[in-house]
Amino acid sequence: MSAVDTGTRTRDVLGASALRPDGIAKVQGTFQFSSDLGGDGVLWGATLRSPHPHARIIRIDVSPAWKIAGVESVITADDVPGQMTYGLIDQDQPVFASDVVRFVGEPIAAVAADHPETCRRALAAIVVEYEVLEPVLDPEAVVAGTAPAIHPNGNVLRHQRILHGDPSVTGDIVVEATYDIGMQDQAFLGLEAALAIPDPGGGGVELHIATQWLHEDRKQIADCLGMAPEQVRLVLAGVGGAFGAREDISLQVHTCLLALRLGRPVRMHYSRAESFLGHVHRHPATIWMRHHATAAGEIVKVEARFVFDGGAYASTSSAVLLNAITHTQGPYRCPNAVVDGWAVRTNHLPCGAMRGFGVVQACFAHESQLDKLAEACGLDPVEIRVRNVMHTGDRMITGQVMQNVAPIERCLRETAALPFPDEPVGGHDGDVMRLPGGAGRTADVGHVYRGIGYAAAMKNLMYSEGFDDYSTARCRLADGVVTLKFATAEVGQGFVTLAPQIARDVLGVDEVVLDRIDTGVGSAGSSSASRQTWMSGGAVNAACIAVRDRLFEHVAARHGVEAASLRIDGIEIVDESGALRLSVADASAGVEFDETREYHHPPTEDLDENGQGNCHTAFAFVAHRAVVDVDPDLGLVKVVQVATAQDVGRVLNPLSVVGQVEGGIAQGLGLAVMEEIVQIDGRIRNASFTDYLLPTMLDMPPVVMSFVEEPEPLAPLGAKGVGEPPTISSTPAIVAAIRDALRQAGREPRLDRVPVRPIDIIGVHERPRT
Amino acid sequence: MTVLVPTSLDEAIAGLAANGGATLLAGGTDLMVEVNEGHRHFPWPDDGATIIALHRVPELATWTYDVPAATVVLGAGVTWATIEQPPLRDLVPALAEAARTVGSPQIRNAGTVGGNLATCSPAGDGLPVLAALDADVTLLSAGGRRTMPVRDFMLGVKRTALQPGELIESITVPVLQGWQGYSKVGVRNAMVIATASACVATDVPSRSIRIALGSVAPTVVRCPVAEQFAVERVDWDALTVDAGDAVEFGRLAAAASRPIDDHRSSAEYRRHAVAVMAQRLLQRAFPGGER
Ligand SMILES: Cc1cc2nc3c(=O)[nH]c(=O)nc-3n(C[C@H](O)[C@H](O)[C@H](O)COP(=O)(O)OP(=O)(O)OC[C@H]3O[C@@H](n4cnc5c(N)ncnc54)[C@H](O)[C@@H]3O)c2cc1C
Repeated sequence: MSAVDTGTRTRDVLGASALRPDGIAKVQGTFQFSSDLGGDGVLWGATLRSPHPHARIIRIDVSPAWKIAGVESVITADDVPGQMTYGLIDQDQPVFASDVVRFVGEPIAAVAADHPETCRRALAAIVVEYEVLEPVLDPEAVVAGTAPAIHPNGNVLRHQRILHGDPSVTGDIVVEATYDIGMQDQAFLGLEAALAIPDPGGGGVELHIATQWLHEDRKQIADCLGMAPEQVRLVLAGVGGAFGAREDISLQVHTCLLALRLGRPVRMHYSRAESFLGHVHRHPATIWMRHHATAAGEIVKVEARFVFDGGAYASTSSAVLLNAITHTQGPYRCPNAVVDGWAVRTNHLPCGAMRGFGVVQACFAHESQLDKLAEACGLDPVEIRVRNVMHTGDRMITGQVMQNVAPIERCLRETAALPFPDEPVGGHDGDVMRLPGGAGRTADVGHVYRGIGYAAAMKNLMYSEGFDDYSTARCRLADGVVTLKFATAEVGQGFVTLAPQIARDVLGVDEVVLDRIDTGVGSAGSSSASRQTWMSGGAVNAACIAVRDRLFEHVAARHGVEAASLRIDGIEIVDESGALRLSVADASAGVEFDETREYHHPPTEDLDENGQGNCHTAFAFVAHRAVVDVDPDLGLVKVVQVATAQDVGRVLNPLSVVGQVEGGIAQGLGLAVMEEIVQIDGRIRNASFTDYLLPTMLDMPPVVMSFVEEPEPLAPLGAKGVGEPPTISSTPAIVAAIRDALRQAGREPRLDRVPVRPIDIIGVHERPRT
Repeated sequence: MTVLVPTSLDEAIAGLAANGGATLLAGGTDLMVEVNEGHRHFPWPDDGATIIALHRVPELATWTYDVPAATVVLGAGVTWATIEQPPLRDLVPALAEAARTVGSPQIRNAGTVGGNLATCSPAGDGLPVLAALDADVTLLSAGGRRTMPVRDFMLGVKRTALQPGELIESITVPVLQGWQGYSKVGVRNAMVIATASACVATDVPSRSIRIALGSVAPTVVRCPVAEQFAVERVDWDALTVDAGDAVEFGRLAAAASRPIDDHRSSAEYRRHAVAVMAQRLLQRAFPGGER
């Protein structure tokens, strides 16, 4: 059930719940995902991966693979014509390992053959001799400087502190704890897949790929292929979810290399097990926080230490760490801060972007702390938060002033006011399926306690630290039909729904055609950081306005009126006097206007050595309330309801926002109670959906929501990004509710790590940390 | 690769006799996972492997209720979807509860009780119930038919008494008179592998109480000490049990388990969960006592 009215639609303009253009195809199974690409004569590619977390490669002998009938190509690092390494920020990750492997799953060679089974045999035939090395698996050893360097660039990916205000200030009330966050996987359903088609003559290549940022991929691919970017054309293939895991290069370079060597199209698909090795994950983190507050519960200082395990390669670790430490305070005022943050290299799986990007980890810590403060001050969890909320104009711990709308108090109050579930534990009929344990029938109603928890979050929008992550869009109006072109990766967030809504709104047309999403237009930046509605929405809006201006000039000239007096009214153009009224279709008959625009957000800057600087563009806010039923004796939970009020600026498509909110909460729930990649001795133990558990229908509760609409003056459409906030504070809200339930059962819950495991709830000792 | 699709039991047996190393395929929900994960390879393109698909064999897909013998005879190919519904649900409720915990509706539509038994995973949900109910399994080959207790059929982790050339024809499950039920702990509310499970079955006329545990040893564990204790402590006239006795029953059941630490759970948690489940199951069976 949703408190949001997704309404009836007349025209699919902004504000209407326009339906996804690909929705029916996806539901019916006819949508072409990247893994559906192929065709006759397309070869299959596959990747040989390291079985060791850390080893020296003594020898690679690919000759046995060549002898297998059907094998067309076998490539290693020796076959990389351009740059040998890639990376989003630091180019520290080899296309193929040649001297050292640094994580289980690191690519060493790739083959192309006539059939996946031939590929499997070819990979098995390749001989790699290793000298196994001691892996570096303890991030604290890296911080302490006692671990040997496992990469020429060293093991510290970033060390950044924040010093703000007076570090000597103390509070009447002090609470502290150390929190652990496990490694979450994006677990998109559409596995990595690509199809590379070489140009005749080998002068270039076209790659069909499910990705988040076509132009960034292109740059990195071209560098490794030793080509100019223009020689590499990328086309967005059907994306089955991304959540950050498609920001880094995975199979792009390998597929292109094979295709170019062979002069034949090659496709590559990862399996689920391989996917767990082939993309970056959410950083596991250890976060210590100490909050100082007045007796009345006003925060006066926060101290914190963050250690993020970046795994073997840099990816976006430095930016993730920045996000984490700059969100130490959460959506609360905090005049003084001492924060120390580390992102380090280990021989674990590489980590990088995932929905929430560092803020998820920080939020679990600061929200757990706020609950501790509430308890120490004798306040309820909503009250402690409301007393500390940030407002527009407040200075953050980076010294940056909050410029944008900041309705966090409304988010908290509206969340608290949303209706509670009207059913008791197990529902009115005590259905065992609805109790913790679900289908396992482990509990009876009498074994179960219900708890309530609150949490809130602040999330930066767009890229930070001086990065100009602009977006480009092209709008063409001809004979009443608008064609939009952009390179914005549609990863499920709904930009393909939104862009036509913008065009209809601005131009008064109904028919909007979307051109293919490819590198045939300027960059759109990444579909991440909750940024595309703001950034690509801004670009589409600007391009449409540019076309509208030309249309108005054209109409003005024809009808002898002032262009400035014209405006769009529905599907018509009218002038101020009301004398002129004609349809956009008629007005644009026989003419064509074609405009391309870039949208840039206001510039940001780097942090200085004390972590001071205007490093972020803007922020969104959210609050969550969770109601959870807990079986304290078995340590099992059933989330009964999540309520949320989210700062969205302006709702451009209610149905789309509902989708983001519910999906984000599902992902937050997953981190709260089940989703974790388990690595033991540097080896992943649960690289399958049998053991990497995602929430099912029986785990995901109804969501009640309210949209806090305070249009954002800084945003081109008044709308803030809505993709990440749902994931961020839903996790701590659920954990807080579990703690609350346990307290009612007379237990003393700590629950300072996520995901919360049954052993954490019942208090059986944890397994030793690995 | 050759795929045989027999349409009678005789045809299936003949195919099996002619192809000693043939792989049997029922619902494929275990077998195909092994293939997908690379644990089982079928030589390709054609090295003479034979698959015998059993889903068209009507004898395997049916079940009968033998009223005089008070048994249900399940063809090996009976699916979980059939078992979780009436009338089977009313005859063997614990097996139906176990069936309901298997995977998702799609998996239960395809997966079979015979496949579950043949796979003989420590976490197989049908197995504790079959062990608690003292079910027998009937194996068939060109050489003939043999029947043995399910408990003897299960030899170890994914090891059974099935010989080459044999298939599971049926499973004979006694219909008891008394409460029976199944509980399974996993870290998700549905579609999850058991980290520990337990079945308690009672037969009031014979004053018998059985408990079998899953996922806490290489194969299913019966707990004779706990069973004996419960038989002695239950008030058979009032059909109640003391709360303290239920706790002790759980403790004795846990003592019979031999769990391991793995990436799914710790041995300690598994032992604890077994104790809690056993206690609660006994209280469901004899609900009159105080909690
Ligand atoms: C997503 C998913 C979720 C699952 N969840 C569960 C769960 O919760 N609980 C659970 O217990 N299992 C679960 N399973 C495993 C599986 O569904 C069950 O074990 C099922 O009962 C297997 O039956 P099947 O007919 O599909 O067997 P198949 O895969 O067809 O066969 C399994 C094995 O049995 C052999 N075999 C099949 N029939 C016979 C026969 N008549 N005689 C001799 N040998 C035979 C096959 O050769 C093979 O070795 C799950 C599987 C999946 C894919």
